[in-house]
Amino acid sequence: MSWLPALALGGALTFATRLSFIVLLGHVEPPPLVRRGLRLVPAAVLSAIIFPELLLRDGVVDLSPSNPRLVAGAIAAAIAWRTRNVPLTIAAGMAVLWALQRLVA
Amino acid sequence: MPVETLAPTRRREFLAGCRDELPILLGVAPFGMIYGVLALRAGLPAGTAQAMSSVVFAGSAQFIAVQLIRDAAPAAVVVLTIFLVNLRHALYSASVAPYVKHLRRPWKWLLAYLLTDEAYAVAASRYVRDGHLSDPSPLRHWYFLGAGVTLWASWQASTAAGLFLGAQIPGRWSLDFTLALTFIALVFPSLKERAGAAAAVTAGIVAVLAAGLPYKLGLVIAALAGIGAGLLLERRRA
Repeated sequence: MSWLPALALGGALTFATRLSFIVLLGHVEPPPLVRRGLRLVPAAVLSAIIFPELLLRDGVVDLSPSNPRLVAGAIAAAIAWRTRNVPLTIAAGMAVLWALQRLVA
Repeated sequence: MPVETLAPTRRREFLAGCRDELPILLGVAPFGMIYGVLALRAGLPAGTAQAMSSVVFAGSAQFIAVQLIRDAAPAAVVVLTIFLVNLRHALYSASVAPYVKHLRRPWKWLLAYLLTDEAYAVAASRYVRDGHLSDPSPLRHWYFLGAGVTLWASWQASTAAGLFLGAQIPGRWSLDFTLALTFIALVFPSLKERAGAAAAVTAGIVAVLAAGLPYKLGLVIAALAGIGAGLLLERRRA
């Protein structure tokens, strides 16, 4: 069976989602509360993707220092906080992850 | 250099958008390659996998779709999951809407198509940076376009590279982790504001607690909880 029709439908829904408020707000002004809420969207959504990546190991919360992704992510977060440097953050995080994985292996 | 040449032009705005998107490609390109590799392993034909990168054009949704396809999930579940995982883009849409309101319809459709996490992050930082100015550049949509096109091209190219390399990239490289690191690099510097920090921490904790929910609903619930927490904190301090 071809997956193309299903993926095309998923893509059309994604496009409609991305277009939704761009078209709607041409006619409607968002109230201040909505505007303030929207400013918080990137931090909320991106964190909702980051936290499970760092804290969950095989679906279980692992807060111990033996969790390599948690340690690598925490170090990367500290670097991002201080330097605001995207490539440096990614490179440092991957280097720490690889070093820890090698230690464990 | 005369001052006039520093005024924003279409070309300058476009190239500035391309340039500011470049650091993010370091996280996106490996992710696109891994997607290509995993799509082949899941049994998708290379043409279909490449088409998904331009039709869906959303990294995390494509990864989850590939997982579901590998596990022989019904097509309806794949469609619904793509939709739900990308629901957050409605919030991005609302966020950039005031800034693109004056544009003609083809521009709105084009920028909506390019409105990914990574293009949004770059474009939104530009709009926020200029937001307080009384006379911001009227050509900022060219900046948005530059960022979006750069990301689109690299996503297509890295998908193709992943399909080409196939199974040669070992899983132990953990290249999928670059996605989380990219988001960390984008989010953490913005947490110096208390409402933003409250939103991030709340959303993160709820996302972990709700990770077991079906269809990636936990992501949507966590994001809404985070926004609510940030707003509550603002109200209490006001």
